[in-house]
Amino acid sequence: MNLPIYLDNSATTPVDPRVLDAMLPYFKEKFGNAASRSHPFGWIAEEAVDYAREQVARLINADAKEIIFTSGATESNNLALKGVFEMYRSKGNHIITVVTEHKCVLEAARHLERLGAEVSYLPVNHLGEIDLDQLEDAIKPTTILISVMYANNEIGVIHPIAEIGALAERHGVLLHTDATQAAGKVPIDVKKEHIHLLSMSAHKMYGPKGIGCLYVRRRGPRVKVTAQMDGGGHERGMRSGTLNVPGIVGFGKACELCQQEMPHESERLRRLRNKLESALLQIEEVTVNGSTENRLPHITNLSFKWVEGEGLMMAFNKDIAVSSGSACTSASLEPSYVLKSLGLGDELAHSSIRFSLGRFNTEEEIDYTIERVTDAVHRLREMSPLWEMYKEGIDLKTVEFRPH
Amino acid sequence: MAYSKKVLDHYENPRNVGTLDKNKPNVGTGLVGAPECGDVMRLQIEVDPETQRIIDAKFKTFGCGSAIASSSLATEMIIGKTIDEAMKLNNMDIVEELALPPVKIHCSVLAEDAVKAAINDYRIKNGLPPIITEEPIGQKVGT
Repeated sequence: MNLPIYLDNSATTPVDPRVLDAMLPYFKEKFGNAASRSHPFGWIAEEAVDYAREQVARLINADAKEIIFTSGATESNNLALKGVFEMYRSKGNHIITVVTEHKCVLEAARHLERLGAEVSYLPVNHLGEIDLDQLEDAIKPTTILISVMYANNEIGVIHPIAEIGALAERHGVLLHTDATQAAGKVPIDVKKEHIHLLSMSAHKMYGPKGIGCLYVRRRGPRVKVTAQMDGGGHERGMRSGTLNVPGIVGFGKACELCQQEMPHESERLRRLRNKLESALLQIEEVTVNGSTENRLPHITNLSFKWVEGEGLMMAFNKDIAVSSGSACTSASLEPSYVLKSLGLGDELAHSSIRFSLGRFNTEEEIDYTIERVTDAVHRLREMSPLWEMYKEGIDLKTVEFRPH
Repeated sequence: MAYSKKVLDHYENPRNVGTLDKNKPNVGTGLVGAPECGDVMRLQIEVDPETQRIIDAKFKTFGCGSAIASSSLATEMIIGKTIDEAMKLNNMDIVEELALPPVKIHCSVLAEDAVKAAINDYRIKNGLPPIITEEPIGQKVGT
């Protein structure tokens, strides 16, 4: 077993060696511009892009023509929200989204509010789930778009996209889903689930960074988004810019591998995740954040009460890479807004750690992690005045703290 | 963000972790910070009533590595000092010693506050008026 162990696969994944092998020729001998129609360099690049487009489309049961390559999910989400708003502005200005969305969706929505959009931010319950009745009630005659992530990046909770899709269709509203965390991990079918727009990123699924796509439905209904960059009109006019051919080839290969390995891989990761989670839940005063029913197989988010997340991570982060919802790990000094929106008190958000497993993790690594994290929790609690008070039976609500 | 060697050293080998008997008349206890802010420090001092010297200090901290290191260092800095000398502890000394980055300055402020709160607790217990200090340097930074 090699250290450090990487358990932060929701942040990014390593490139699968098979993906890298597929990409390499497109940096050197096959370096052509896919838009060069006049010579074999261009033809070869174009052929590679077409093939990758098929691979990406197949993963989500889309048509290759419906895949618009972008630089990644942040761009895809921006293009979806801003592009739909601009394109369908005459039909209405209302957008519905959820408080636990990724910042790029929330910030794009805020941007649109400044341009005259009305945005409803749906709350989630203590498990991170939305209420479909509440969603339906939020729809108005002016609603043009619902944007709900497929699965949450911090707690892994999967939203019922098929049901939301059916609901959106019934009301003639477009549905966009940010599938950054879910794509390649759980089966997605844009047709069955009535998805109109879907964002994906290669680097969360063992592909390279800097490449992603937006799926834009072509039939029933035909959806269009207004381009957010002016240029040569690539990608059916929705996203200009010379195509990142090696990135696209790698993205395609990554999608193909995920599709092939999903049944086996998701079961393996689920088993390892459950092993890790149940072992850590043996420690006193540890809780799972978010629903454990509808959840991605490779994520667990735990709060270790009475120890602070960053302080805890420091005990093992030279050897085990994870991330925390603690304020101290963010530039803003605010604890995770996702965890706070579950109604978790700030102190529990500060005590949270996300473990996200991936293709290259082994059982041995999980066993090692269980041991190191358990030791660290005990060690930090020995140093924690809150743990001491808790153990003495003092109700911390009665203690007068002095926030500074 | 990478931690300085000194923060790592105090985190890995914290000095003076523990609890003193808060009911003893010559023990002062300072509890500062709040769980919802992600830092709580409890720092205790044991004072020799004859010399007014701090003969022992203990801490427990809920917080990030820099908060733990700041409180550990603070106990080291005050043991052997008189309470008047310890009252002059400045958070910037902790910042410098631990090479804390700007976002972690509040950890040092908290440690300074904890020392002062412990001293005042001791003073009140012993019939002395608490010393009201000016806002510590750095209070406005990173809090």
